[in-house]
Amino acid sequence: MIFVVALVVLLPFLAAAAGLLASRLRTGREAPGDRAAYRRAAWFAIAAATASLALTVWLVLVLTRGAVPAGEGRPFWTDLLPGRLEGTLSVVETGSVPVAVSLRADGLSVLAGMLVVVVALAVQVYSVGYMRDEPRYPSYSAFVSLFTSAMLLVVYAGDLIVLYVGWEIMGLCSYLLIGHWWEDRANSRAAVKAFLVTRLGDVGFLFGVFTLGIAAGSFRIDDILRADIPTGTAVAGTLLLLAGVAGKSAQVPLQTWLPDAMAGPTPISALIHAATMVAAGIFIVARLYPVFLGAQPTLDVLGVVAAVGMLGAALAALAQDDLKRVLAYSTISQLAYMAAALAAGSDRAAMFHLVSHGAFKALLFLCAGLVIHHAGSNLMSHMGGLRTAMPVTFWTTTIGLAALMGLPPASGFFSKDAVIAAVEHSRGAAQPFLYASALLTVGVTGAYATRAWLRTFFGPARIEPLPEPPPGTAHVFDGREAPRSMLWPVGVLAVPALLLGFAGVREVDWGSAAVSLVVALLGAGIVYALWRGAPDQDPARMLGPFQAPCERAFYVDALYAALIVRPVLRLARGVVRTDAKVVDGAVRGSGRATLGLSTLVRLAQTGNAQLYVTGLLAGLLLIAVAAVVLT
Amino acid sequence: MHVVYPVVVSALLFSIGVYGVLARRNAILVLMSVELMLNAVNLNLVAFDVWLRDRLHGGQVLTLFVIVIAAAEVGLGLAIVLAVFRTRQTIDVDRLRALSERAPGEADGEVRS
Repeated sequence: MIFVVALVVLLPFLAAAAGLLASRLRTGREAPGDRAAYRRAAWFAIAAATASLALTVWLVLVLTRGAVPAGEGRPFWTDLLPGRLEGTLSVVETGSVPVAVSLRADGLSVLAGMLVVVVALAVQVYSVGYMRDEPRYPSYSAFVSLFTSAMLLVVYAGDLIVLYVGWEIMGLCSYLLIGHWWEDRANSRAAVKAFLVTRLGDVGFLFGVFTLGIAAGSFRIDDILRADIPTGTAVAGTLLLLAGVAGKSAQVPLQTWLPDAMAGPTPISALIHAATMVAAGIFIVARLYPVFLGAQPTLDVLGVVAAVGMLGAALAALAQDDLKRVLAYSTISQLAYMAAALAAGSDRAAMFHLVSHGAFKALLFLCAGLVIHHAGSNLMSHMGGLRTAMPVTFWTTTIGLAALMGLPPASGFFSKDAVIAAVEHSRGAAQPFLYASALLTVGVTGAYATRAWLRTFFGPARIEPLPEPPPGTAHVFDGREAPRSMLWPVGVLAVPALLLGFAGVREVDWGSAAVSLVVALLGAGIVYALWRGAPDQDPARMLGPFQAPCERAFYVDALYAALIVRPVLRLARGVVRTDAKVVDGAVRGSGRATLGLSTLVRLAQTGNAQLYVTGLLAGLLLIAVAAVVLT
Repeated sequence: MHVVYPVVVSALLFSIGVYGVLARRNAILVLMSVELMLNAVNLNLVAFDVWLRDRLHGGQVLTLFVIVIAAAEVGLGLAIVLAVFRTRQTIDVDRLRALSERAPGEADGEVRS
């Protein structure tokens, strides 16, 4: 059975290899041109994603038939998906703690795996239309496949080291895909920034893995969950893991890379930077949740991080003009909700929100891609009045934004309610702070979602046709709606974004749901009232003097640049100068000194043999005199 | 006859030879000076051979050797001088400086004038 899990992980990997190696291969008569390579790469990617999806569905069916384990402390997913599969290919002896190359599938991993393959398939189909005239499409789709494979490896890993492998490959793919349009300097800078910032967290993550693995005597997830780790070690290990989580999930203080990562193509933002990779951090915490529950200080830290992150990112989203950056800050804010649920002790609410957020945020990004495709600009000040021109996009975006705001009956209503109810009933040191921040953020979320909706689809049309799109923006075309291949994935994703929430309809806490709904509508209402007053102006002006700090995300980037980036650069320049002047100077100087001395000696070498003999005689005389005088 | 006389004569001869080797410009005269030095040595050998009453007359035997080798050496030296004259049109020792350390950028093997 476990080989099916292995196939789910390996198929996208094989598709990536095939897409990179075989899409431009000669086949007999003539070399395939760009069109043939494009078509072939699309087939590789979509076939593998479809096969993975089918196998995942089959896995779900298998897992529903398992026996429900008895006991109180069993994880939340065992009610729905009680079964589990596990298999070990081999155990690598390392000399100390062995590494087991193993996969496991249980309810949690299948839940996340399902999200990954559905979004990946939607994005692959969407990209076929979105990247139609892109010469590097084969490598693009291969990297997306590779990313899918890595993410599935993270989800299905049975060993923390195997998980870490997938974790790093994800980071690499994120880097490659953010920098897809590397001709523009800003894009490659954003890619490097994302790589460095997440890598900073990954260092902590790796050491957290080591700490837990050595304390438990094994890197296998089951052994670590079962091991009796002392509290101090558990706190240290989980805090280190938290660094990696903050890096990957773009949480405070490592959140700065995600808004810049929007330089990548929009489908990538949907897949990697909204639905899956950034959720991997939350997934890890849920995966190792029993360990985190045994380390209350870590959960308190996570709560503070979430409380600061959700409100700050939501306020930043309210002031952005770039539609994708609005969604990026919104992603940070929603991920902070998941972290808040984890800090409040409910991994069920966190995973519920993770899945529903994955669906509606991917939907929103794909819709944003359609809008950007149509408008030829990322900026909302260039959009407006698109409701009649793009009816399908309008309705799917409306569903996505309703889910983001938490309006019933969209999925976000139920999952966000689960999070807020969990936060309300928790007992942490940070609970009051966290609860207040969560409620405030609901209101701000309503405000920025409404603002994006109104600025994009209502009001006067502000589209100015661009003669030639600069690199980094999508292609401009005249069609009224996007091609079918781009609308289908959007339509399919709209279904779970709308209906997924009913899976949790029984657990709704109607009291807190009513409160958060009122707060969200309040935020939306304020923005609507402002917009009604002046439809051609930005409702973000209500922030008044705070608009500029919000737009710059509270100057965190500038602060990091002043505190870290510039000193590091200065240090690096100093090292370079020391190397060039001192180290190289010593080497070159010794050579030059030898040459200078040798010119002095060479003066005696005149070529006149008589001079040499004179010298010889003089020397002889000297020796003779010395011999006589000294003896 | 006291041994001092031949030793002084040979010292004078040797000094003349050294002067000739160091100061003459003509290569043939340099060769002749070398002959003078050799003959000074020969004179020394013979004088000390007699003075020490050597039964085996090693000094005289060595003198014969030196004469033979000097003859061969002069033959070789004159041949070299001839060859040098044919290529350079001169046997002035001061102007034969092909073995000097060249200043950078100067063509190699040329006579420096």
